[in-house]
Amino acid sequence: MSDNSLRVVWIYPDLLSTYGDQGNVLVVERRARQRGLDVQRLDVRSDQQIPTSGDIYLIGGGEDRPQRLAAERLIRDGGLDRAVSNGAIVFSVCAGYQILGHEFINDLGERQQGLGLLDVVSTRGEGERCVGDVLADIDSRLGLPPLTGFENHQGVTHLGQTARPFAKVRFGNGNGVGDGYEGAWNDTVFGTYMHGPVMARNPHIADLLIKLALDVNALPPADDRWYDALREERIAAATQNV
Amino acid sequence: MAGNTEPLSPRAKLAVTAGKAAAAVSRAAGRGSGSVIGGRVALKLDPDLLAALAKHLDVVLVSATNGKTTTTRLIAEALRASGPVVSNALGANMPAGITSALAGGSDAKYGVIEVDEKYLATVARDVTPKAIALLNLSRDQLDRAAETRMLAEHWREGLSGSKALIIANADDPLIVWAASSSANVVWVAAGQEWKDDAWSCPSCGGVMQRPGDDWFCAECGFRRPTPSWALSGDHVLDPHGSAWPIKLQLPGRANKANATTSAAVAAAFGVPPQVALERMFAVQAVAGRYDVVTFAERELRLLLAKNPAGWLETFSLIDGPPTPVIMSVNARGADGTDTSWLWDVDYTRLAGHPIFVLGDRRLDLAVRLEVAGLDFEVCETLDEAVRIAPPGRIEVIANYTAFQDLRRRVGN
Repeated sequence: MSDNSLRVVWIYPDLLSTYGDQGNVLVVERRARQRGLDVQRLDVRSDQQIPTSGDIYLIGGGEDRPQRLAAERLIRDGGLDRAVSNGAIVFSVCAGYQILGHEFINDLGERQQGLGLLDVVSTRGEGERCVGDVLADIDSRLGLPPLTGFENHQGVTHLGQTARPFAKVRFGNGNGVGDGYEGAWNDTVFGTYMHGPVMARNPHIADLLIKLALDVNALPPADDRWYDALREERIAAATQNV
Repeated sequence: MAGNTEPLSPRAKLAVTAGKAAAAVSRAAGRGSGSVIGGRVALKLDPDLLAALAKHLDVVLVSATNGKTTTTRLIAEALRASGPVVSNALGANMPAGITSALAGGSDAKYGVIEVDEKYLATVARDVTPKAIALLNLSRDQLDRAAETRMLAEHWREGLSGSKALIIANADDPLIVWAASSSANVVWVAAGQEWKDDAWSCPSCGGVMQRPGDDWFCAECGFRRPTPSWALSGDHVLDPHGSAWPIKLQLPGRANKANATTSAAVAAAFGVPPQVALERMFAVQAVAGRYDVVTFAERELRLLLAKNPAGWLETFSLIDGPPTPVIMSVNARGADGTDTSWLWDVDYTRLAGHPIFVLGDRRLDLAVRLEVAGLDFEVCETLDEAVRIAPPGRIEVIANYTAFQDLRRRVGN
């Protein structure tokens, strides 16, 4: 990678882009460009090969059947595995988050194998669907302000030994286990249930991915005015929903 | 068959009367038209009432994610050439609202009924329609609506035994999947600008190939059927290859598509396309949509867009820059509380327009526009937006409850 370029790969928009997931791609793209980076965005459809030389891979949410198809095709492709071995950063949301784990329950009600890039296992919750605004504190090692998002899922995700909780919820459900944790991460792979899309409400996550990809500690400041105003409103909304 | 040749049963009559009484009470209490509460009371007293009311009518059902209210109006207008029509013109499209609308039309020959997507199979079973028009299916109200493909599957199962003539959009793979289980289908090339809910084959899950206007699945062979009716520019092409000019007061490509489907429906009831299309010209505004109003000494055109497919069609019909555009977005119950759909809309199409943003969720829209690299102003109220907008007619685009708020504010 040349110093100034950033390759952003959006995985399977034909299957996993039900919840405005393009938003995460757009925010990463925008914030990288605002920092003078030369961004190359690659949208990879599920009948195309996943490039292994990307810097940041984004994978979104989707309905149950596309989720099954996406997992099958990703395993068959093998490219994402190799990209992670090469040190790429991966950020996944909802159905995509479940796919990155060891297994999840598919649309046929069967346990289906995932990519195993995150040490998590997902099942389907028995109770009501988790829908609403969420407020959570992100793992302090990541040095980020609170997480605000919108959740809409019925998944329950259990973390294994090598996955760290991405955040601890103050309001909302997150992983749905009941322990208050939301999402998971290891050094380079992240997963969350948060929609919004999550980067629109938490541009600092986009910055974090860019920093990890470039291996730098700081980025020049960006104009956060509208993001901040939205964050303030949604954080208040999450607090009042209880 | 015209009018009620067989009288309603005493129970059905009682139910109709009780429903009308409940509606009157609701109206008196200032709670809208009362059609839904009236229908609910009536259906409770006689669960078979909908079927009984429909028995004497030639019924047409209309369902879709977008355009069903307008198309219902266009079909009703066209069929009036051939006899009296009863219709749920105000968009109360669930069984209670439909019952209430039909109860008011005892002399009608035709029932033209808009049906909510989730109730289509049920209503189709109850009213034994002669024809069903299916326009399009796309993502809508993500937090509570059924998955789009599941909805198509549900339609497919529900319609497979129906004797109705299905008039369906050949350009929407989900619609084709839903309709192709029926024995009797008229395919209409009505177009569909939004494609992002049909990239995977509804039949086998393969990746859909879409060269030009065509589409097919390379894996299982599911493909676009050959249409017998088509929208071609400003004309409807009928099955004989004749082109009929579309004359509408309603703007945009999507309404031309609605008119094409409506002409195909009208033809099924013996109304020729020329007559049908001429009658459709009478439709001016539909439940306030497309209405041009004067507010604070300015002209405003009110446009409803409820979901990404609707916004896309709306952007293609507004006047070009420097026409000012006001957008209002809410996320109340009827809108769906998840605003992430904003990111599926390509707002860069508004480049060059002065843009003003309002509504409960104006900050979500502000971030969306910031990321799209557009200039915009965030306003507290419609009054403020109109006051600071540069001269010229203003295009006002809003989602469902935001649109209702706007209509209330402009007194429409």
